[in-house]
Amino acid sequence: MKQLVNAFLAIVIVAFGLMYLGSWMNSNQGYTGKNTLTIYNWGDYVDPAMLKEFEKETGITVIYQTFDSNEAMLTKVEQGGTTFDVVIPSDYAISKMKEENLLIPLDHSKIPNLANIDSRFMNLPFDPDNLYSVPYFWGTVGIIFNPEMTKGIDFSSWDSLWDSRLKNNIFLVDGAREVMGMALNSLHYSVNDTNEEHLQQALSKLNKLSPNVKAIVGDEIKMLLANEEAAVGIVWSGDASEIMGDNDKLDYVVPKEGSNKWFDNMVIPRTAKNVEGAHKFINFMLRPDVAAKNTEYVGYSTPNAQALKLLPPDISEDTRFYPSSDITDHLEVYDNLGKKMLAHYNELFLMFKMNKK
Amino acid sequence: MNNKGRSFYLIPYYLWIALFVIAPVFLVIYYSLFDLDGHLTLDNYVNFFTPVYLKMTLTSFWYAFLITIFSLLVAYPAAYLLTRTKHKQLWLLLIILPTWINLLLKTYAFIGIFGTFGPINNLFDVLGIGEQQILFTGFSFVFVSVYIFIPFMILPIFSALEELNLSLLDAARDLGASGWTTFRRVVFPLTISGVRSGCMAVFIPALSLFMITRLIAGSRVITLGTAIEQHFLVTQDWGMGSTVAVFLIAIMALFMILWGGARKGVQR
Amino acid sequence: MRKRNGFSNLYLVLVFAVLYAPIVYLMYYSFNSGGTMHKFEGFTLEYYREVVQDSRLIIIVINTLVIALLSSAIATVIATIGALAIHRVRSRRAKNSLLSLNNVLIVSPDVIIGASFLILFTIVGIKLGFMSVLLSHVAFSIPIAVLMILPHLQEMSPTLTDAARDLGASRRDVLTKVILPIIKPGIFSGFFMALTYSLDDFAVTFFVTGNGYSTLSVEIYSRARQGVSLSINALSTLIFLFTILLVVGYYFLTTRKNRTATPVTEPVAEAGVPR
Repeated sequence: MKQLVNAFLAIVIVAFGLMYLGSWMNSNQGYTGKNTLTIYNWGDYVDPAMLKEFEKETGITVIYQTFDSNEAMLTKVEQGGTTFDVVIPSDYAISKMKEENLLIPLDHSKIPNLANIDSRFMNLPFDPDNLYSVPYFWGTVGIIFNPEMTKGIDFSSWDSLWDSRLKNNIFLVDGAREVMGMALNSLHYSVNDTNEEHLQQALSKLNKLSPNVKAIVGDEIKMLLANEEAAVGIVWSGDASEIMGDNDKLDYVVPKEGSNKWFDNMVIPRTAKNVEGAHKFINFMLRPDVAAKNTEYVGYSTPNAQALKLLPPDISEDTRFYPSSDITDHLEVYDNLGKKMLAHYNELFLMFKMNKK
Repeated sequence: MNNKGRSFYLIPYYLWIALFVIAPVFLVIYYSLFDLDGHLTLDNYVNFFTPVYLKMTLTSFWYAFLITIFSLLVAYPAAYLLTRTKHKQLWLLLIILPTWINLLLKTYAFIGIFGTFGPINNLFDVLGIGEQQILFTGFSFVFVSVYIFIPFMILPIFSALEELNLSLLDAARDLGASGWTTFRRVVFPLTISGVRSGCMAVFIPALSLFMITRLIAGSRVITLGTAIEQHFLVTQDWGMGSTVAVFLIAIMALFMILWGGARKGVQR
Repeated sequence: MRKRNGFSNLYLVLVFAVLYAPIVYLMYYSFNSGGTMHKFEGFTLEYYREVVQDSRLIIIVINTLVIALLSSAIATVIATIGALAIHRVRSRRAKNSLLSLNNVLIVSPDVIIGASFLILFTIVGIKLGFMSVLLSHVAFSIPIAVLMILPHLQEMSPTLTDAARDLGASRRDVLTKVILPIIKPGIFSGFFMALTYSLDDFAVTFFVTGNGYSTLSVEIYSRARQGVSLSINALSTLIFLFTILLVVGYYFLTTRKNRTATPVTEPVAEAGVPR
């Protein structure tokens, strides 16, 4: 008994000691002060040096909290209980948040740097006139491939994936919209198609792809492709640039039938406490020098035209990640198809997964 | 009066059951009664009895069963041998220690180890077996799951073996029992409670495994846990997700009752 | 005899080798200047420098440890009570129902637990952050600790407590002098498994945290989209080596101290043997 009580006390004492150390470090960092700004973002999706610079310039202390999926983030913001001042969701999540009245309109007069954004990336269907959101990063969905392993197959069309030489050599990303969208595109339909007949055609076309699919994976797709576990992958361009950073043999292409273009935008949720600071932060992140440095750190494509001019040519002139407007105009943003349709997409995708063996 | 005083100290536990078990279960049942449009319906329950979910249920059980069996097969001898080592408590702690490193990182390491160019395939090459696909197979899935759960199996078995009275073993040997007979008739029956709690600690969470179904099995294995995950986080169909959870909990409870029944049979 | 020893040692070595293989792999690549977990290009300490300089990450590690230690300690106390409660129940049906209730949280996937706890906390009005995370970790660690403690109670011979009571021991004495010493190894196992659950949890913590409070798991998972950098490997290496040092050091310290006090038996093992 004595031993148990002693052990219990020892653990509690150590825990409180650590807690004291933690709060001491916190106050050293200024995280407990009054003028704070809470940013809710993907992990490691901003250059920490930029946050430091923002703190120095404005005297506002930044609290950086992270999420790992749009849906999980949505649940948190919807349920409340904690406040976020700036959130960085993807396009379709923004239209959901708008629908559920979770966002406040931006005061454009407080964001003069908005003028730096390329007009191609403004005024998109998920947020007309950018009333609620400002582009942070953008990208495409395409094919990443290893020329050494694919023996000269031309990937400029989605149909190339069905090539029998690619048996058991493709990684798909675990997303119903992406995979179904790819199949729909290959049939020359829109990625937002809701016609049941078209969807069924897409499913049966996907089922024919099964022998070529090695696995359907999540974020680890980057590691797997860089390790050359398979020759081909369907990925987001952001992932592609990271994979190519790790393994320069690989190449990326957006097929000609069309594809998705996606956005991660900055928004201010309704529960924000520091709306003034949130505007300051958004404006700060749009400053060309800041956006350029941030782009170099994160490695995704920036929508900031002025920042792009500051970046070295090997980044800014890479047409795989900064395609010209005749290609980007051709790409579609995912529409919010509604819960029912999204569920149906997932159901079809699940059938595809279960069929695969 | 006496009785009341006696159960006073049990309050925290029952409070926990009320607040963190019963309340969430009611919440889950409540959510399972709504469809995507927020209408009260039993459709979700009807949906569960479609081939897709039934197949998933079977897969979940089959793999949970395999994982439990293999964990037991590896853990029992390990626990037994551990009790014979010198600094056994230290070794036991060292068995638990790897579980404190983040699971995602360890899974990434396994992807590297099992990969086409990983150390295992290099070894195969040297041995002349040639390159094998280990990742994205049922084997790698079971292997990594067993890896995750093995400490949960070793610990209770180790404790049970520790309590075993060594003089019983000597007595059995003195009476002429062979090693195997001693094990079968004396050691194993006396440690069955440890085995049972180990199996519970492995089987129950194994039913709802999700992350490694994607990372290690490449979505070739789809379990009920994966389905719930998808419904909550992708389609945001909390109704269907909750329904699957209700079935999972019901099936677990059924198992506990069957288990309890079997236990009685053994003891008599 | 010798041969058998060889075999058994080999088996144990193999088990340990497999258990530590992924960790060694992680540690090895934390020194890779190539920046990935494959193809070792050259030795670097760059990632360790990054970790030491990242005060946000260090605060997160401290948070994680505080939550793990406190929640496991509290959960173990409640679980001990719970095991006694389940043990006391005579009727088999009632016992099975209680045990099923106990196991609900083990069988429920983390997202469900996380989402329902989040709803509960916001209904009750608990501020999301340290308290809500601590409460949830206590809550989901209890059942596994109960499962570790229960078999020790079941193996305990009822005559033992009867005898103690016959000899005039009070109920309190029976509990503290007879029952608790017997189930002590189970209590320790329960604590360590609770610690494992707490350190590994991502989904529940994610849902119930707020106001800038974060733990290591949440941080690591949310970095997955960007790719987990090797500085996380470096951090894990540091934590791992520190823990090993702590565990081994503590073990030998207590062994030596106890050995001088009670020279005959092996002290920690002795703790588990009913006297």
